[in-house]
Amino acid sequence: MKRREFIELSANSLGGLLIYSLAGEPIVVSAQQGKVKVPLRFFTRREAQVIVAACERIFPADDSGPGATQAGAMVYIDRQLAGPYGSDKYRYTKPPFVESLPAHGYQGKENPRETYRAGIPQLGADFVALDGARQDERLRAIEKTHFFQLLRQHTIEGMFCDPMHGGNAGLIGWQMLGYPGPQMSYRAQMGQYNGVPYRPKPQSLGQILGYPVKPWEDEEKG
Amino acid sequence: MKTLAPVDVVIVGGGWGGMVMAKEIASRTPLSVLVLERGGPFRGVGSYGKEMDEVDTYIRKRWAENPANETFTTRATREDHANPLRQYGELPWVGTGMGGSGDHWGATSPRLMPEALRLASHLRERWGASRLPPDIAIQDLGVTWEEIEPYYTRAEEMMGTSGKAGNLKGRKIEGGNIFEGPRSREYPNPPHAMPYAPLLFAKAAKELGYHPFPMPSSTLSQSYVNPDGIGRVGCQYCGHCSGFGCMVGAKASPNFTLLPLLESRKNFTARTHCQVRRIVHRDGKAVGVTYVDDSGRELMQPAETVVLAAWVFNNARLLMLSGIGEQYDPLTGKGTLGRNATYSVHVGLDFFLDKPQNDFMGSGGLAMGIGEFGGDLGDEGAARGAFQGGLIFAYQQGDPPVITAFGKIPKGEVQQNWGSQWKKAALKWNDRYGTFLNTGNHFAYRQNYLDLDPTYTDKWGDPLLRVTMEWTDAERKQAAFMLEKQVGIAKAMGALAIDPHPSAATGGPPLQVDQHSHGGVIMGASRETSVVNTYLQHWRMPNLWVVGGSALPQGNEHLTLTVVALAYRAADAFVERYVKQPGPLA
Repeated sequence: MKRREFIELSANSLGGLLIYSLAGEPIVVSAQQGKVKVPLRFFTRREAQVIVAACERIFPADDSGPGATQAGAMVYIDRQLAGPYGSDKYRYTKPPFVESLPAHGYQGKENPRETYRAGIPQLGADFVALDGARQDERLRAIEKTHFFQLLRQHTIEGMFCDPMHGGNAGLIGWQMLGYPGPQMSYRAQMGQYNGVPYRPKPQSLGQILGYPVKPWEDEEKG
Repeated sequence: MKTLAPVDVVIVGGGWGGMVMAKEIASRTPLSVLVLERGGPFRGVGSYGKEMDEVDTYIRKRWAENPANETFTTRATREDHANPLRQYGELPWVGTGMGGSGDHWGATSPRLMPEALRLASHLRERWGASRLPPDIAIQDLGVTWEEIEPYYTRAEEMMGTSGKAGNLKGRKIEGGNIFEGPRSREYPNPPHAMPYAPLLFAKAAKELGYHPFPMPSSTLSQSYVNPDGIGRVGCQYCGHCSGFGCMVGAKASPNFTLLPLLESRKNFTARTHCQVRRIVHRDGKAVGVTYVDDSGRELMQPAETVVLAAWVFNNARLLMLSGIGEQYDPLTGKGTLGRNATYSVHVGLDFFLDKPQNDFMGSGGLAMGIGEFGGDLGDEGAARGAFQGGLIFAYQQGDPPVITAFGKIPKGEVQQNWGSQWKKAALKWNDRYGTFLNTGNHFAYRQNYLDLDPTYTDKWGDPLLRVTMEWTDAERKQAAFMLEKQVGIAKAMGALAIDPHPSAATGGPPLQVDQHSHGGVIMGASRETSVVNTYLQHWRMPNLWVVGGSALPQGNEHLTLTVVALAYRAADAFVERYVKQPGPLA
């Protein structure tokens, strides 16, 4: 059996409690101290470090708000790849694989796990150590690949998914957008906030329901 | 293969078509009715609360049909290799499980225009055949407005459609769609309260001289008890609507409005995880179906009558696999099975505003629309080669709530779709855009058809269905015309930027297959040009009925209500005529 690998992320980068004001100014109110040990389900530690760095270039923390590292986007991607999505359990994978127009979508043979495993080395063994501008060059060089397109899409998913999937830590992505989470009713608000922001405090699906919800990747093996 | 105990009526598919037939037959006759559904059982509204997750439900489509089991192949022309639609994204959503696609639809519920029922005759009378596009294969449905109107009313009352009549027995009423066909009754429920963008749309449309109206939606605007005694509560505008099951039961679904009436009946059974592979027939008569159950066993289910009500194109596929009817050949024009495959000409745009929309609240059918271009495009359209359009509307569905909604930026504002600049632009415009849509007329053409794919097979080794379809000049002209009208309204709304969606006017061939696909087993008044009669009974096999969007000889917008109305009409004919005297009804 493969030895389980861990990655250490600093707690104050991962979903530090953040308040996003209506004026669009992010304010980090408090932050946890120390390191968090995150068990990896699919990535090796080295792969995870590359993904953390790449996601951060795709969705960087800057003066407009937090980025992919703080949201834990890599953790989201790792779990998706380990689950049924990663192994193409729900994709039509019979040959022949014939290239076609973009409207036919991805027609390749490789599943998302294979795409990541083959894609990460394309960024170079030294990717993590490079400065941001050099990392961007490397990413730009693979911008048209299926791997990059998946990585970009998954980074956004990891920013704004329900935290049960491993991303959007501390609801940091939803706070940034002012998205309240999957609230059960806006009946009282419908038609009352026309052109005026309605921004209740975000809650996760589990918080709203009052019990934990198991995501697909935790329920079904890949 | 084990042969099971026979039933009177076996119904393939637990969606709107199959469940309307099941409910009418099981509650009005003593016949035993069995529904075979390929997907799982109704999971209950409690489960739908847990499914309000964009990743699992909306993006990965956990509750939709698994493309690894079966999918479709598509190509533009007969010369092309057809590629399978391998994953969700290109395959927008294919319903499975009890309720079928009726469980996660948006519930937009307009009626067809009266002339759409006799489109071929209407267009020839108005413009002359020579002005119409070459290779056109449109047909009349074979039912009149007077025949179908009571069934539209019945469908609306069962679902509790919320809206405002614009034509009540010929009397035009401002505030409703004054261009609609005459209705015998007002909508069973009043329109929904509208959010910001649809209200802006309506205001701008009115200033331009149009007649805006609330789009009819089969999600309840208030608590409602339908004529069958089924009570449901009003919409909560939770924004997890189209693409999701409704966690309060406000959105009409076969699971809410039909299944509860059947579950206690002794003559009704539903078996789930049953993949029907063939309709078995002997001497011109259907004798039952074979299916694979959850454990992989193949079983023979004998039945006196077979009702085929699978997902749109799967009706044609099952008939092809079963060797029932003559495959359509686009070269000779012979054969009726697989002809008149259509899609919809989707035309839409994103408009950007400086005010927040709160677009996480909404409902699948929550929209304001205009009917000026809902049918005939008049002299103005015909002069440009655009003959039929569709309703134009601005909606606020709520979904996709956050991930899929992120990153809408006016074209040209950023050069790269990642990185800090992109992120800032995406945050700036997040929740500051809305959408217009027109899911309009799509003519049938001789060259657009369905057959079995020679290369790709499903999980059980049967050929996939192959869709051959391309846009013609007529669709490009129609799309350009409809877009021009939409842009006019968006400008009048004060949009800061307007980005048209890719459409027939700008994009490639229609290689997608989705809930706006139609045809393949079309209805009509003649057995030479249709597969089923206007009661949806097979012309050559009277104990086989084929219900659903497969019956529609050309594409149009949001046809669920029409599919349900036609299913009610078929059920009436079955119960009132066929049961007493089995045989051809036309």
